[in-house]
Amino acid sequence: MNDVNANKQPMIQKIFSSILKSIKSFGYGIYRGLKRFVLGVKKRSVRFAKRFMDGSIYTKISHLIMGFGQLARRQIAKGLIYLLIQAIFLFIFITSPTVNRTPIGFKAITNLITLGTVQGDVFTPTDNSMLMMLFGVVTLGLFGMFLASYLSNISSSYHNDLLLREGKKVATFKEDLAELFDSRFHLTMLTPAILGIIVFTVLPTVFMILIAFTNFDAQHPAGQVLFDWVGFENFKSVFTGQGEVAVRFFPVLSWTLVWAFFATFSNYIAGILLALLINKRTIKFKKVWRTVFILTIAIPQFISLLAVRSILSEYGPINDLLVTTGIVNAPVSFLGTANNPITARATVLFVNLWVGIPYTMLMTSGILMNIPTDLYEAAQIDGATKRQAFISITIPYIVFVTTPYLITSFVGNITSFNIIYLLTGGGPAVGGGYKAGSTDLLVTWLYKLTIDENEYNMGSVIGIFTFLITATGTLLSYRKSKAYNEEEAFQ
Amino acid sequence: MTNLAVKPKFKSVKRQERISTISGYATLVIMSIIWLYPILWIVLSAFRTERNDQGELIGIVVSNYFPKAVGFDNFVNLFNNTLFPRWFANTLFISLISFVISTFLTLSVAYVMSKLKFKARKTFLNVALILGMFPGFMSIIAIYYILKAMNLTQTLFALILAYSAGAGLGFYVAKGFFDLIPNSLLESARLDGATNFQIFVKIILPLSKPIIIYTALLAFTGPWMDFIFARVILGETNPELHTVAVGLYMMLYGSQSTVDPNRFTMFAAGSVIVAIPIVTLFLSMQKYYVEGVTAGAVKG
Repeated sequence: MNDVNANKQPMIQKIFSSILKSIKSFGYGIYRGLKRFVLGVKKRSVRFAKRFMDGSIYTKISHLIMGFGQLARRQIAKGLIYLLIQAIFLFIFITSPTVNRTPIGFKAITNLITLGTVQGDVFTPTDNSMLMMLFGVVTLGLFGMFLASYLSNISSSYHNDLLLREGKKVATFKEDLAELFDSRFHLTMLTPAILGIIVFTVLPTVFMILIAFTNFDAQHPAGQVLFDWVGFENFKSVFTGQGEVAVRFFPVLSWTLVWAFFATFSNYIAGILLALLINKRTIKFKKVWRTVFILTIAIPQFISLLAVRSILSEYGPINDLLVTTGIVNAPVSFLGTANNPITARATVLFVNLWVGIPYTMLMTSGILMNIPTDLYEAAQIDGATKRQAFISITIPYIVFVTTPYLITSFVGNITSFNIIYLLTGGGPAVGGGYKAGSTDLLVTWLYKLTIDENEYNMGSVIGIFTFLITATGTLLSYRKSKAYNEEEAFQ
Repeated sequence: MTNLAVKPKFKSVKRQERISTISGYATLVIMSIIWLYPILWIVLSAFRTERNDQGELIGIVVSNYFPKAVGFDNFVNLFNNTLFPRWFANTLFISLISFVISTFLTLSVAYVMSKLKFKARKTFLNVALILGMFPGFMSIIAIYYILKAMNLTQTLFALILAYSAGAGLGFYVAKGFFDLIPNSLLESARLDGATNFQIFVKIILPLSKPIIIYTALLAFTGPWMDFIFARVILGETNPELHTVAVGLYMMLYGSQSTVDPNRFTMFAAGSVIVAIPIVTLFLSMQKYYVEGVTAGAVKG
């Protein structure tokens, strides 16, 4: 609690120093991760050599033929599974079967380096660089999985050696299965989830990161024109502001940060005020008020935001009201006056309040009910008035508890897509840029670049920058959050 | 809320309190109007049946707020002249399957991360954190091509996979909930010979109704709200394959050749049909939703 009150350092300076700190710790984290990786590889290779030397003849053969150690010890099912894994992997890796004219397996590795060599003509089809890259990554992934099961095959065979040396029995298949529901239950539970994550999160992410280092764009459509690795060219062009796309990068980046800052703080403050108001002792029908605001969360955003868009349109009811009452002479174009970004930006920030306040209100209501009452009792004994108790207990408590939320919602606002896309579509357009309107955030711009314009490489560069920003923010909040620091305290 | 029994000693204090209460109600009423206005606007548009001189329905946004003629014409139109029933069935199918899969994946990862100790645990937590920081639809193109390589695009199955396969990463809120279940409970079960599987099914799950409902609610409503994934993966060209969100969005802002500006009231009618079940679901599960939001936000 005292941290909050001892807030004498200027805010700006504090923010900057914590951003610097988090960048530093980010770099340090990478360094530590690399170091741990190298040490891990070293440890594993030492263990690998030791097991080979120390293991029985069966274990030694298992290094060549997977499952041999298990089969020799009558663990038939387990041994056959290992053998099957090896057979399938070797078959795929050596024969390189093709899917959509593109091989997976050994050939995919060379393709990953060249990204295709045949620029086709009328008679021969062009190599599909994009699929080659994708399958190259898939093959590497398969290789990783194979390596993991290869190592587990050795360690299981060596484990059998040790058991037999101590005069114990090796586990039967039934016992192995039973273990999967008890001491190895985590494997059973995590396997489906991890498979899903690998195929639908890790693989696509790795693939998109790689695309940032190629010239895969509208001029190089996959399967028609070959594309190739270009190193850091795309990043360089963004930083120097050269190229049609890159020239809009810094304007969009700065609006994204401005948007995230205002959207976060306006929602935060207004949401807390609303929660305080609803939870006021004298206000009745608390549940009704809360339900009104929950209603707006429950309605799908594509409905409510498109409704707002039509209400705010030039011939919509708001303009009608303003014109008939004589407040304005001509309809105001809230969402899209060309060359006047201010109106549209103010409007999206205002509509964002409509979307965001209910969330903050809900959360703060929960917190208000959990404030320990002994704090107030102590204050009362000390002779504090209600107002004093409110200012020095309620407010600091809320701020203290919601700080992590503030940072997560800042990160969330950086990647908030629906509001901008559904309200303005990024518009109004600005001259001299490449398809980035004045309300476009990095993420909506990314979406348009990839989906509408097929500028995959630049879209990917922007995605990586967005990642860097959100990563900094998340690390900042994660390190401070209770969940991380006191994780073990709960256990 | 707080029973700070500092009784108002002067009348002015009492009057001050009354003024603040009245202004509080006024603020709440004004805010409620602003917050309900767009919702009312959609409902009113859905039922308005004003006709032009030729006797055709006027479907474009009209500026008079209250309709001059009401009826069910827009709903009739929606069901007879568009594929809306098909879109509704698609969405229901997708969300029913994907909510079962995602709830299972989310809860299983959350339980493992919260209650089981194993070697790669910390690594998994860190990797999950980093993966979660990439903008979701940066990889949408890659997902599209992966599904295409598996010859799955343009099927509802592809969209189910895209919605639910990555669900294992969204375990934080549920993990936070499981963390609060005392370990002593599990240890005594273990002493009685229960396996980790039995502990999960017989102890953890029965205690976790709020978080199961919260997870399931979000997973079920997701497909009704998303139009980005659905649009990219199922494509825009085949209206048979739209979900409600894509279908209704395309009705308003689809490709120029097929767009008819006179469709706003029909869009509104569709929106009402979609919103009613979702809103009912949300409001009846309100308690659990609020619990989940609060837990998720405070634990960070």
